[in-house]
Amino acid sequence: MQEQTQIIVAENVHKWYGKFHVLKGVDLIVDRGEVVVLMGPSGSGKSTFIRTFNALEDYQEGSIRINGITLSNDLRNIELIRQEVGMVFQQFNLFPHLTILNNVTLAPIWVHKLSKIKAKELAMQLLERVGILEQANKYPGQLSGGQQQRVAIARALAMQPKIMLFDEPTSALDPEMVREVLDVMKNLAREGMTMVIVTHEVGFAREVADRVILMDSGSLVESATPELFFTAPKQERTRKFLSQIL
Amino acid sequence: MQKIQLTWLRKNLFNSWYNSLLTILCLLLIIQFIRKFVWWTIAEAQWQVVQVNLPLFLVGRFPQTSYWRLWIVLGIITFLIVITWSVFITQKNLIKHKFINLLVPWLAPTWLLSCPLILWFMGGGLGLQSISTNLWNGLILTLLMAVISIVISFPLGILLALGRTSNLFIIRWFSILYIEIIRGLPLIGILFIAQVMLPLFLPTELRLDRLIRGIAGLVLFSTAYMAENVRGGLQSIPREQIEAAKALGLPTPLVIILVVLPQALRAVIPAIVGQFIGLLKDTSLLSLVGLVELTGMSRSILAQPQFIGRYAEVYIFVGLLYWVFCYSMSLASRRLEKQLIN
Ligand SMILES: Nc1ncnc2c1ncn2[C@@H]1O[C@H](COP(=O)(O)OP(=O)(O)OP(=O)(O)O)[C@@H](O)[C@H]1O
Ligand SMILES: [Mg+2]
Repeated sequence: MQEQTQIIVAENVHKWYGKFHVLKGVDLIVDRGEVVVLMGPSGSGKSTFIRTFNALEDYQEGSIRINGITLSNDLRNIELIRQEVGMVFQQFNLFPHLTILNNVTLAPIWVHKLSKIKAKELAMQLLERVGILEQANKYPGQLSGGQQQRVAIARALAMQPKIMLFDEPTSALDPEMVREVLDVMKNLAREGMTMVIVTHEVGFAREVADRVILMDSGSLVESATPELFFTAPKQERTRKFLSQIL
Repeated sequence: MQKIQLTWLRKNLFNSWYNSLLTILCLLLIIQFIRKFVWWTIAEAQWQVVQVNLPLFLVGRFPQTSYWRLWIVLGIITFLIVITWSVFITQKNLIKHKFINLLVPWLAPTWLLSCPLILWFMGGGLGLQSISTNLWNGLILTLLMAVISIVISFPLGILLALGRTSNLFIIRWFSILYIEIIRGLPLIGILFIAQVMLPLFLPTELRLDRLIRGIAGLVLFSTAYMAENVRGGLQSIPREQIEAAKALGLPTPLVIILVVLPQALRAVIPAIVGQFIGLLKDTSLLSLVGLVELTGMSRSILAQPQFIGRYAEVYIFVGLLYWVFCYSMSLASRRLEKQLIN
């Protein structure tokens, strides 16, 4: 029964880079449809932590369950989980040798074995949703940063994931393009997507997040509703962090 | 307009007294050289040696009655080149060229398959009269050896480059060993090894033709260099590209085939074409292991009593032939680069 509502269950996750202890026993449970914003100073391990959810990083101790599947070293398990978890990167990471359309259809065709026609239909639908239908036949290099990031979101959505991870999706964007990307993400949240977002966009977090979490040197320091997090933080560490970014 | 040219001249060629002197000196030398060369070409050179022996230069002693086989082979190779070329050149407007798009997955296998088929057909497949490879000479042999070696060493080189970056110890170790051994040997040595030692390792019933052993030597050599070129391309692909592909749920082989290799190969087109141009010229060494290709043919033509001493005419003509093919490859590579890298 609990499995039904809890879609990410991370328990006591430890990770070391050599001697350096990056994740120091992190616990996090995310419910279906929940939007969690992860904040914290640079180097605190936010990227590392969310990248363990789709096995782009391994971990040494603890356990992570995604949609009922335990992440182990079994390759087939990993590929299954990656199909359930979409990820959007800070630097977009579109495939520069493929058109926008082919960027989006690549995984549906090769992993979900969709026919080219079906995949194209799906891609067109998604590109329309993120507002770049007209650019479908261009190459990533011909698009602005904001447009590229929206394509990256469409590309991840094309696998029809149950969870979307965002690692500072607007940090590499010029200020005037941040809005267009955040708007797409807001819509996604409204439609009930489970999202874990690393971002420092306070306005966005206040409006969209169900929960805001502060991470510092490999541990979760505070977890609260945006209202409480930004106006009445309990931890001294959080107050200090907020004074730096607000 | 004229003024601009004058200032250009002054700025680049006559901007100081010693540069002016150098310019005049070089100019004199060049004029002298060109005058002599033109004079020699039209007045002194005896081009009969080329005229009379033209068939020998081009196709060697291949029986005249079977020339049509060569035309068919040339036709097949040209056709494949044209198709491959149009696939690359029309990459940009994929939507418009559905037909060409359909051909893409078949290109590599067709190229690979056509190699043995061509050899078999030329030598007397389909119940034709058999023609010994001793009679395959001249330019056609040069081109044949180059094309076949290129076609075979291309995929092998890619595999070897991937092997070198593999996580599996044995595969990585073998790849490095192979690459470093081959790169430490001169091509002529490898050609001799292939001629002499290959038969020792193979079962005695399997007697490989001299020509096949020649191809084997070239492929052994070229594969190692191809692998190093491809590895350069692989290293130029940022880790984030691989992560993005994996995050979509693509299994590793597909990540390599769909995301890494297309970008890696693009990045090293100039190096690969350069290597293939080198390979085309290196086929001249085959004359030392008994395969009478273009260079070997010129030497036997120079031994004809009536044309003794006509080195200049023969080598200029042969040089021109090599140059035409090498330069076309170089032009094609530049065009391809412009097309693929935006
Ligand atoms: N491959 C690696 N090897 C060694 N240390 C690493 C490696 N990757 C990250 N680290 C270290 O791990 C720590 C956490 O990195 P991470 O990228 O998760 O931080 P972050 O919270 O996402 O920071 P930022 O806000 O700068 O993105 C950093 O101190 C970083 O230097
Ligand atoms: Mg980070």
